[in-house]
Amino acid sequence: MEMARAFDTKLSALYKAGKIYGGVFTGRGHEAIAACEGVYLRKGHDVYTPFIREQAGRCAWGDSVLESARSYFGSALGLMRGREGNVHWGNPREGTLAPISHLGAMIPVVAGMLMAKRMQGEKDFVGVVCIGDGTTSVGATHEGCNLIAVEKLPAVIVVTNNQYAYSTPNHQEFACKSLCDRGVGYGMTTHECDGTDFLQTLEVMGRAIAAARAGEGPQWVVAKTLRMCGHGEHDDASYIPQELKDRFADRDPLAVARRQVQEQGWLTADEIAAIQAECADEVQRAVAQAQKEPTPNPATEDWSATSWKPTRY
Amino acid sequence: MSVTYIDAIHQAMAELLAEDEKVFLYGEDIAGKFGGAFKATKGLAEQFPGRVLNAPIAEDAIMGVAIGAALAGMKPIVEMQFADFGTLAQNQLGNNAAAHYYRTGIPVNVTLRMPCGGTPGGGPYHSQSVEALFAHYPGAHVLCPATVADAYYMLKQAVQIPDPVVFMEHKFLYRWLKADTWLEKDPLPIGRARIARPGRHATVVAYSAMVPETLKAADELAATSGYSLEVVDLRSVKPLDTDTILASVARTGRLLVVSEDFPWGGVAAEVIARVTGQGYHLLDAPPLRVTSKDTPIPYHPDLWKAHRPHSGHIVEAARYLMSL
Repeated sequence: MEMARAFDTKLSALYKAGKIYGGVFTGRGHEAIAACEGVYLRKGHDVYTPFIREQAGRCAWGDSVLESARSYFGSALGLMRGREGNVHWGNPREGTLAPISHLGAMIPVVAGMLMAKRMQGEKDFVGVVCIGDGTTSVGATHEGCNLIAVEKLPAVIVVTNNQYAYSTPNHQEFACKSLCDRGVGYGMTTHECDGTDFLQTLEVMGRAIAAARAGEGPQWVVAKTLRMCGHGEHDDASYIPQELKDRFADRDPLAVARRQVQEQGWLTADEIAAIQAECADEVQRAVAQAQKEPTPNPATEDWSATSWKPTRY
Repeated sequence: MSVTYIDAIHQAMAELLAEDEKVFLYGEDIAGKFGGAFKATKGLAEQFPGRVLNAPIAEDAIMGVAIGAALAGMKPIVEMQFADFGTLAQNQLGNNAAAHYYRTGIPVNVTLRMPCGGTPGGGPYHSQSVEALFAHYPGAHVLCPATVADAYYMLKQAVQIPDPVVFMEHKFLYRWLKADTWLEKDPLPIGRARIARPGRHATVVAYSAMVPETLKAADELAATSGYSLEVVDLRSVKPLDTDTILASVARTGRLLVVSEDFPWGGVAAEVIARVTGQGYHLLDAPPLRVTSKDTPIPYHPDLWKAHRPHSGHIVEAARYLMSL
């Protein structure tokens, strides 16, 4: 969570300095939810589909911020080699998918990976798909979730309700009382948590992921928070009422988590400060390296969209 | 004993399932005793338990599942019930599967079988030819077999290609097109067009069910006028074998392209753009095309016959081309 916050803070500064191509999308307010997904997953064994605000999940899964930095800077040495950028990177061979922009589209892709693992005789695997309140409105989400339930796949759908889909508030996005109703409709076991409460989120996410892994069928988790930033760094989120922002002012998941881990006796204030310093250094190194690395060369680029080519005579 | 186009497709799938444990079939109504809307998978679920799977009616999700399975090392063959419904899977095919290799360096080995084209009474949503829509996206190959042997060999070859392959099966050809066998001594690789009939006076490029229509037209024209048409069967619209087309146009000096699809931005337009761009000096007359009309496909067989190109339209266009 500290690493993700440090990275997002750095990215935001770089964006404002005009150093990033395109947009910057941060996860302020989402760190507890994302970290509590990633921490229960096994890289190379499970499937994880982070999307726009899951840097903390990527860190917890075990990916370095260097790869995220390479994605933003379009480094030729990155997994996406400048062909894809910002939050759209993945490493399918290790179990993270490179999400496309179309919301809901990755849900059935995760279903397909889980079905394949089942056919291949793998055991104890789970797939986590990250979606948001806005994603619940799109048709692909319905098709994918229904199919996951029909196939009884070991999937966990994490719905982060951050109350705004870009500028659209919940009441213009859906009319059911709770987004948990959707999960009930699909026939999934549902869970709900306060996504700003680190300990509660850790417990609920742990339970949901364990249940899916144990073969109890797909799980639907609704985690509520507030997007404590714009949709992207280009957006000042002035459409979010000040009173709502004020209500969440003391619920920053990072501040809550720092307090909770000290109350639990897991970490001291000094240890937290040391972690923060370490994260700041690593982010600094990752960004410096990604900026130094070669960029893709249009003259030597392989402008071929297929791996197979017909034989010419 | 004769075999049909759909027999060839069935046989190719049975062999693919037997030869490669990574292959599985996924689609609506394809499993159980039912065996699919057109019975292309009949008997395969019993023969290969657990490898012929029914899906909910969810074309987008079906294609998404195939992508995920391919990324996990499988080689799914998806059946869309009708190519018309393939538009609902177009986001997954075009933006996800086809884009994946360029974005990530990892190709997505999915084969998308789509029963396409018109039959009498099919109407607007069970008759369309959507090959141009799918060929539009970078990263996929689009095959349109027009013979029994091609239906067999090209489906087998499609699964060996690591990229997404859209396999357009013409519904009219399913049981109408017959041959003694699906086997051929020297099958062509994907990416090569075939000279279906040599000729001297004009090149007619066609694919899918328009190949037999064009061959019929060529016979009629030869019998009534003495003009001989050279018929080029594209076999795959992407990759498009421009070399074979240009070589034919170099011999004949005239070009007519026949497609069952709508006219706008279609395969016929692409072929003509390439020939005029690369072989303008070879042409003795403006290139022409025969396509279906620019309206939705009508239901009544009398309207449908006038909407869809048939041998009569092709003969008429060829005569006009020879007059230019």
